[in-house]
Amino acid sequence: MVMGYSLGELSSIFAMQAFAGLILFSVFLLMALGLAIIFGQMGVINMAHGEFMILGAYMTYLTSHGFQTYLPGAYAIYFFVAMAIAFIASGAIGLAVEWLLIRHLYVRPLDTLLATWGLSLIMQQAFRSIFGAREVGVQLPDWMMGALSVTDVIEVQINGLFVMALTLIITGIVALLLFRSTWGLQVRAVVTNRTMSGAVGIDTRRIDRLTFGLGCGIAGIAGSAFTMIGSTGPTAGQLYIVDTFLVVVFGGAQSLLGTVASALTISQSQSTLEFFLSGSMAKVLTLLIVIGLLMLRPQGLFALKVRR
Amino acid sequence: MSVKRPTDLSLSRRQLLVGTAALSASALVAPHAMGETLPTATVNTTGLAVTDTEVTVGILHSVTGTMSISETGSVQAEKLAIEQINAAGGVLGRKIKFIQEDGASDWPTFAEKAKKLLVQDKCASVMGCWTSASRKAVLPVFEQYNGMLYYPTFYEGLEESKNVIYTGQEATQQIIAGLDWVQKEKKANTFYLLGSDYIWPRTSNKIARKHIENKLKLKVVGEEYFPLGHTQFNSVINKIKLRKPDVIYAIIVGGSNVAFYKQLKAAGINLTKQTLMTISVTEDEIDGIGGENIIGAYACMKYFQSLDNPNNKKFVAAFHKLWGDKTVIGDVTQAAYLGPWLWKLTVEKAGSFDIDKIAAASPGVEFKGAPEGYVRIHKNHHLWSKTRVGRARTDGQYDVIYETAELMEPDPFPKGYQ
Repeated sequence: MVMGYSLGELSSIFAMQAFAGLILFSVFLLMALGLAIIFGQMGVINMAHGEFMILGAYMTYLTSHGFQTYLPGAYAIYFFVAMAIAFIASGAIGLAVEWLLIRHLYVRPLDTLLATWGLSLIMQQAFRSIFGAREVGVQLPDWMMGALSVTDVIEVQINGLFVMALTLIITGIVALLLFRSTWGLQVRAVVTNRTMSGAVGIDTRRIDRLTFGLGCGIAGIAGSAFTMIGSTGPTAGQLYIVDTFLVVVFGGAQSLLGTVASALTISQSQSTLEFFLSGSMAKVLTLLIVIGLLMLRPQGLFALKVRR
Repeated sequence: MSVKRPTDLSLSRRQLLVGTAALSASALVAPHAMGETLPTATVNTTGLAVTDTEVTVGILHSVTGTMSISETGSVQAEKLAIEQINAAGGVLGRKIKFIQEDGASDWPTFAEKAKKLLVQDKCASVMGCWTSASRKAVLPVFEQYNGMLYYPTFYEGLEESKNVIYTGQEATQQIIAGLDWVQKEKKANTFYLLGSDYIWPRTSNKIARKHIENKLKLKVVGEEYFPLGHTQFNSVINKIKLRKPDVIYAIIVGGSNVAFYKQLKAAGINLTKQTLMTISVTEDEIDGIGGENIIGAYACMKYFQSLDNPNNKKFVAAFHKLWGDKTVIGDVTQAAYLGPWLWKLTVEKAGSFDIDKIAAASPGVEFKGAPEGYVRIHKNHHLWSKTRVGRARTDGQYDVIYETAELMEPDPFPKGYQ
């Protein structure tokens, strides 16, 4: 007996805690992925990242209503359609924003911070005007709710598994794109040396626009997936933004692997600490750990070794 | 300051008729003010925005920013009440005109707008605020410029002001009856307390813990707080599974609420078997959470939309007519609706709009037409009201399954609970 629990209970709890940590890891990674590729490639910190996620969530909400009204028979699979729509909507608006706003500010990176923050306020108020100030409820198909019982105590959340699988797939696709496609090659070239890439004939403007669109699109998918675990309201994006920045900055801005490692570290320490301490204290300690590590490694966990 | 007086007879006769109409249309009017149209100079000696035909009040809520989720309902209820009062003849024969300001979910903005409403607009009263933080921000303004605030939210207590009427419940009113009920009905022995990390959940849980441990002689097996906006509850859900409390007592607010109930459901905790009691989830919040995620949970507060009494039926119908059939009405929305009515009744009891006179006249004012039933203002400016327990249904409404036999006395500074 430890802490008043039997060994059996303890081992099941450790299993469930590990699983909770993995879910948190997937959530963090999914949130941060879009922001990380934009920040890494363009040096633009997209303060409206959370709002692009919520745009995806609202698309999911609309799709679920559309299916309920017109295709009730196919309701079980609406979520996949919703994710595709979320990707297209957030991606398209991302492309438009890049064209209208961001591209004029590349020479003034600090101003993009302010501009995208303004954009986030505009988007929040737009959501409020269109969908109302109150939160909306997104219904899930039945198969996505509930848990699988492995033993009496150990239960595995289906939506947790879903988020994990989704994160795995999206990360895989992004990695493939980055390391196996022409676009990825060009992105990596621009990240390493923008001026030189331009000199050898890479259209850096086009790459920037595509990257921004893709980053926003991924944010849309993330938002769509988070309707399973969180709220959908005009300002819900703000709930995720701090954790997202934390993951990206801690990971090292220009590395996919860094983002993965950082999401893993933060999620595991947070979920472990949360189990032994209370929620607020766990957050405080996690932030302290991150600050401490960033003082030791200001460039983040993984950084590109480039001669500047 | 010069005050415009009625100059021709027909005007004051018309006002008299309006006043008489109010008398026949409504039995709610306090006895000695019926049908009178007192001269403005008599009813307004401190220069408030009162004319012979009109009186100006303020509405101060967030309609933009993160709190607009919650405060929209309060604004709607207050406008409905004002419209109904005007239709019934107004206050002392004067129609209510309102000036609405937006606190924008920002506490300094609340203070600034409160000052504007009192100093520049000279509002005779203000219906407003939602969070404790916004109330604390405007309180010094109301005390300095001697205004009157009708505050609708259930809150942590520990406050009493001449310049505020608290139309929601303070913490002990909301908590104690619910805990007594759950002990008796559910034979509960162990409790797990949860909350968002700020003053209201912390104070409320402190009261709950004292009541559980000292009065009921039962056990609290865990108590935890999460930052506002926290979205990951899997770790604490694991702890709950391990400790197996008879009752989960949850005071989580805002977007966190949605995440908490969705994850509870996903983790296989069925609220029809595991008792969960909350004091923070009204029908408004269920809209976002989704009825299927919270079915079976118990909420303890003073008002539910499904309350079965003639006042409430009329109120719900009028609310839906004005704001659409789909709008839900939560506890705070109903409390906000009480504000303008209580002010009207108090003004008519005092026979004056003067703040000092209505502050003094408030204790003892009764509102028999309240949707929640009967309420009465206590001398500490809070309301005597009944406390009820509701059980969440899939459609986002509550079944009212218990109500206290007596009105609960408001006790903002409870002895033995601090």
